[in-house]
Amino acid sequence: MSLLKVEDMHVYYGNIHAIKGVSFEVNEGEIVTLIGANGAGKSTTLNTIAGLLKPRSGHVIFEGKNIVGMPASKVVSLGMALCPEGRRVFQQMSVRENLEMGGYTRPAGEIESSIARVFKLFPRLKERQKQIAGTLSGGEQQMLAMGRALMGKPKLLMLDEPSMGLAPKLVDQIFEIIVELHASGTTILLVEQNALMALHVASRGYVLETGRITLADDADRLLADDSVKTAYLGG
Amino acid sequence: MTLFLERIISGINLGSIYAIIALGYTMVYGIARMLNFAHGDVIMIGAYICFVAIGSLSLPPLVGVLLAVAVCTILGVVIERLAYRPLRQSASLAVLITAIGVSYLLQNLAQLIWTADTKSFPPLVQTVIEQAAVTLGLATPEEIAASPNFGSIVISANLRISGTTIVTILANILIMIGLTLFTGHTKTGKAMRAVSEDRGAAELMGISVNRTIALTFAIGSALAAIAGVLLCSTYQALQPTTGSMPGIKAFTAAVFGGIGSIPGAMIGGILLGIIEILGNGYVSTQLGDAFVFAVLIVVLLVKPTGLLGKKVSEKV
Repeated sequence: MSLLKVEDMHVYYGNIHAIKGVSFEVNEGEIVTLIGANGAGKSTTLNTIAGLLKPRSGHVIFEGKNIVGMPASKVVSLGMALCPEGRRVFQQMSVRENLEMGGYTRPAGEIESSIARVFKLFPRLKERQKQIAGTLSGGEQQMLAMGRALMGKPKLLMLDEPSMGLAPKLVDQIFEIIVELHASGTTILLVEQNALMALHVASRGYVLETGRITLADDADRLLADDSVKTAYLGG
Repeated sequence: MTLFLERIISGINLGSIYAIIALGYTMVYGIARMLNFAHGDVIMIGAYICFVAIGSLSLPPLVGVLLAVAVCTILGVVIERLAYRPLRQSASLAVLITAIGVSYLLQNLAQLIWTADTKSFPPLVQTVIEQAAVTLGLATPEEIAASPNFGSIVISANLRISGTTIVTILANILIMIGLTLFTGHTKTGKAMRAVSEDRGAAELMGISVNRTIALTFAIGSALAAIAGVLLCSTYQALQPTTGSMPGIKAFTAAVFGGIGSIPGAMIGGILLGIIEILGNGYVSTQLGDAFVFAVLIVVLLVKPTGLLGKKVSEKV
């Protein structure tokens, strides 16, 4: 059953037509990846699904319900979390406070056990729980951003460029965690410029080019596709 | 020496009022990223509400204060909803000009309702102290009638701190402690800090930015009402323009302390109050205000982020 279905979505920035009729779906239990070059509209797509941007037309259907026009703060409580591009952790708040904000829509009694769960996944955060988030390294901030998104117990976790700006070793670690989260039952929509890594963990993928989906296939087949190879996998 | 200490004390008194007003500026700026130049006029409305409540309506002073707080809270939220929220995505200049417009609207409304005549505001805080003392059985009405400065702390024959000053300083300290605890330890307070740092990310957490901004205006305006009552109890005069000068000076105090910073508002307010009173006393009464604004200019030249302000890089 499809958890998320995007139908013919058009998004504009002023007069600029950024997303030109994108349709795709994410089934429960899948990892789906959107790959594409800079400026292809990947982040715009995620931000629109999350409710930060309004599409001019089209549908975003989450668990059978059209959520277009719903403010981002309401979308969260339906069970969808976006871990945004550039991490955007609250720099002047402590690690623990950041996690508490991630659990904002959850009942108070649940917060401690959710924090414990995040700390189990990211032991580094536990060591640094009192530290101000702005003083963390890039990798730690990415872990915090992911942990914060998980605090809301999302059915669908959307990750926007989680590997951006990280050392290769950390990239591996982040991807291991994505696989682990998936194994524990979270459906994931992953946006990546690191197409190779993304297609390795995903079951299906979509290629986005200047606001349009140009290819949609199983991840294995996209990895073997010649045009994908030349454009995104370095030949 | 006595005269100097007396001026320092009245400087702290005035500065505490500036600090409470500055909090409204600083919180609204920190969270909504706008300068609410109508804030000073909310103070004036609060003072008028209290004046009417205890004057024509003969309500007890404390009820008058609570009524002023309630009316200003609602007024602040309504102003935000009608005047500022529609401009949330507009250029900051449009919002600034709107705020100045709201400021004049409030002043003219007050003039229409209460005329431009200066009203003599009762020494309300003193009355509350006396009534409280009687209720608590600390003094009899006769004793109070016999001592004109009841409730003041006598330091020497020529130097005493009036009850109103003590209450003003205590109110300032309590408000600071309360706000610090609120923003540091409650879920809503933390959500406010999250909104002030990154609106989009806060939305993604499920925090309603609109509601948070409305709450900020409510808190700031409630504090403005308290500041209005304290200000008029100290200087005992009220007219439609009463709020505008203290409003601008409190804005200066907020910039001085570092706009967006709660302890900065307190330090900036008190320092500014002391500078103003000392300038008035030792240099020239006519130049007192000029001193205050000279401070603003110097601070902006030397340390543009203010005493406790953080450097914030504007996002494009």
